[in-house]
Amino acid sequence: MSTTVILFSILAIAAIATGVSVIINKNPVASAMSLILHFFALAGLYLTLNAQFLAAIQILVYAGAIMVLVVFVVMLLNLGKESALNERFNVRTGIAVSMGVLMIAQLAIAFFGQPTGYNQLSDKAALNGTAESIGTVLFTEYLFPFEAISLLLLVAIVGSILLAKKQQKESV
Amino acid sequence: MLQTIPLEFYLILSAIMFMLGVVGVIVRRNAIVIFMSIEMMLNAVNLTLVSFSQFMGDSAGQIFVFFVMAVAAAEAAVGLAIVLALFRKKQTVYVDEVNVLKW
Repeated sequence: MSTTVILFSILAIAAIATGVSVIINKNPVASAMSLILHFFALAGLYLTLNAQFLAAIQILVYAGAIMVLVVFVVMLLNLGKESALNERFNVRTGIAVSMGVLMIAQLAIAFFGQPTGYNQLSDKAALNGTAESIGTVLFTEYLFPFEAISLLLLVAIVGSILLAKKQQKESV
Repeated sequence: MLQTIPLEFYLILSAIMFMLGVVGVIVRRNAIVIFMSIEMMLNAVNLTLVSFSQFMGDSAGQIFVFFVMAVAAAEAAVGLAIVLALFRKKQTVYVDEVNVLKW
């Protein structure tokens, strides 16, 4: 058992446990808090893959920005606990969970039955994960998608303001 | 640092996280929790992209993750604005109580 194996196991179990906690918690605030821990576990997994830049971005963007937005909306709407719809809910839950387990089993058979042969990180992994290398690729090869994504964010800002503001007239 | 975790373990972890997100979208009624489950699915795919990128030594996968994060941020902002507008109109965020598009 090397440190890498122990670290991966802890982070994987944390990620799965917090993910389960997100979907079984009746209280949306508790779900949001679990999701923040889930994002931290994922950032740790990115670190085990030597992707330092993405680990930092994961915490900044997801745990920082997106979850603050989600928690803000949850607090704003002041919702109570979710009441279960008993009759239909249990059947739906049962089918969904069994389908999910089946899907994971199929994927496990597919992944482990036909190993990819990639047992170690590539030699370039430590170099590729740095902000320098990602920046170089982003601003040369992927410059156009980068500009397009900035336009997308602008449209999202305008759209969310338009959707969330109070409507003056009845016409939308 | 010598890496001893094969790629398959990252892939199956990502599959489990993705299925957690799918199950969350199916079983939950609260629109905000459904959004959180969608974020979880996007993150599972991000993990796959990063692990393939790092095992194969091609940084394109990490650029895609960067773009997926930007799209997820836009999606969260617009989606939560829709939830706010919906709550203002219907006083609910439970998706099974909203059926204005059903005929």
